[in-house]
Amino acid sequence: MKASLFRTLAIVRKEFLHIVHDPRSLFLVFLMPIVQLIMFGYALNLEIQRVDMAVFDFARSVQSREFVQAFSGSRFFHPFYVNQPVGTVENLFKERKARVAVVIPADFDRQLRRKTRIPVQFLMDASDANAATLIRNYCQQIILNYNLSHGVKIPLPFEFRRTVFFNPNFRSSYFFVPGLIAMILIMISTLLTSVAIAREKETGTLEQMLVSPVRAGEIILGKVFPYLFLAFLDAVAVLAVGLFLFRVPFVGSLFLLTLLSVLYIVLALSLGLLISTVASSQQVAMMIAQVATVLPTIMMAGMIFPIASMPQWLQVITYALPARFYLLIVRGIILKGSTFADLVVPSAVLLGMTIFLLLVSIRKFQTNLEA
Amino acid sequence: MNDEFSIKTSQLTKHFGKFTAVDSVSFRVHRGEIFGFLGANGAGKTTVIRMLCGLLKPTSGEALVAGFDVYRESERIKKNIGYMSQRFSLYLDLTAEENLEFYGRIYGLRREVLEERKQVFFQKVGLASYAKTLTSQFPLGFKQRLALGCALIHDPPILFLDEPTSGVDPAARREFWNLLYETAESGKTVFVTTHFMDEAEYCHRIAFMRAGKLILQGPPSELKKRFRKSSIQEVFLELSASGEGVR
Repeated sequence: MKASLFRTLAIVRKEFLHIVHDPRSLFLVFLMPIVQLIMFGYALNLEIQRVDMAVFDFARSVQSREFVQAFSGSRFFHPFYVNQPVGTVENLFKERKARVAVVIPADFDRQLRRKTRIPVQFLMDASDANAATLIRNYCQQIILNYNLSHGVKIPLPFEFRRTVFFNPNFRSSYFFVPGLIAMILIMISTLLTSVAIAREKETGTLEQMLVSPVRAGEIILGKVFPYLFLAFLDAVAVLAVGLFLFRVPFVGSLFLLTLLSVLYIVLALSLGLLISTVASSQQVAMMIAQVATVLPTIMMAGMIFPIASMPQWLQVITYALPARFYLLIVRGIILKGSTFADLVVPSAVLLGMTIFLLLVSIRKFQTNLEA
Repeated sequence: MNDEFSIKTSQLTKHFGKFTAVDSVSFRVHRGEIFGFLGANGAGKTTVIRMLCGLLKPTSGEALVAGFDVYRESERIKKNIGYMSQRFSLYLDLTAEENLEFYGRIYGLRREVLEERKQVFFQKVGLASYAKTLTSQFPLGFKQRLALGCALIHDPPILFLDEPTSGVDPAARREFWNLLYETAESGKTVFVTTHFMDEAEYCHRIAFMRAGKLILQGPPSELKKRFRKSSIQEVFLELSASGEGVR
């Protein structure tokens, strides 16, 4: 037992030496997540602002101008007048000069006075379907306000009032920072272990260790610990940037987040171990690790695209993604202040996945060495 | 280990699927002996060494290393052997000293012992001024000597060397063999595979392998006499030409 611990510590110590001797890789391990966070945080903005709106105003009256002002008054739209036939709108869309167009009929103010229904036409560029949906919603909201302020007394059966929890200003960064923590942790942890073990296979040092009294389990533990530490520091760095640069509020328990994040990191490290048993070289290990973690996490785990809007069969697959469950945990704790009682199910799933992966990978690692 | 034999095998066999890599190989190696294991690439030398080191389980046959059974006592064998492969298996991003320390620690060596062994090693091989140099900057001959140092750091009674001189220049090879003689003189058993026939002459006893079978063994001088040849190189050529197993 004591000898076993001594050997494990020898490996831990050596892994740290590798890390210290390679400051460039260390720098990358910390720089990459932070650059990604800043890129996602600033560039990947799902909010829509100042959408170019082409206005075909055939009424040219005070009333029609007032109607357009209802749009220019909001921060969502940037209307501009077009003195051309409505048929040119397609070109405007193609040239991306406008994403939405409004056509005001010539008899706008006359009909407004007579209080009849006015056919105001909206044309929309739906090549980006999500954006088009958002634009339509904003348009409807503005039109509703306009109608209400023009003396049209519509008896409403009920009133729609909203109260927004957890992210009242709909800030995208609130959504991305926790998502990125999930992505970066699984990517870095998987990559680090798979490459570290593949490297020892490549250079023959793994074989050299195997003729010594070192056991497979000691190699694994000795490898996992330093990278657990490194990945954990990475998570702290990303969280700090999220909290201080993007001002994401942290309402939950830091302790609970730490605990469950360590579980998630161990899961990713086991995945890396499994990959290293299949990969013949560092390059191959790196590729598999990237493909297995980055894309599924970004695309399918609910980091950006809601799982509920995926087709049924794809939704089933998402249950195999650790990030899907960790996202519930990390968003829950950071934004909503969820307690452990709220997160029992995703935590249990992560624990189950970790145990399964660890057992499979240790077993596979051992049998691989004998062959 | 009162036995005068460090390594004993009998009918040792290894199959990989339908392929027989090692076919009923029997030999004995005395304590303090340099035993040369010869043969072309693919003759099965490495498979034998891997079985003796506990990296591979034999399909059948017996083998005792340092008095321990390769099937049941591989953990105890591992404590009693040093192993050096042709790849040298060093961490190139660590210094010479760090490599020695790591390999010492995984054998459970305490700091004081490790310190002393390191000093002795650096003095013996004349690399003292390179202790803190990154291994990647070493010429091949230095790497080879360092790898030997790593294999011997825990003072094992038996040393396995799998083509330890491939790719190294003749002067460094000569120097390396001097180190092996010193090692054997200190009472250690040296089991070395090689395909350099001139190196075979330096061994106390040699064994030839061909296509998984051990076809000949004995001291170099005796074998040369028996075949009426002036060098082992010629003996080997004669054997290859005849294609017959000779005992």
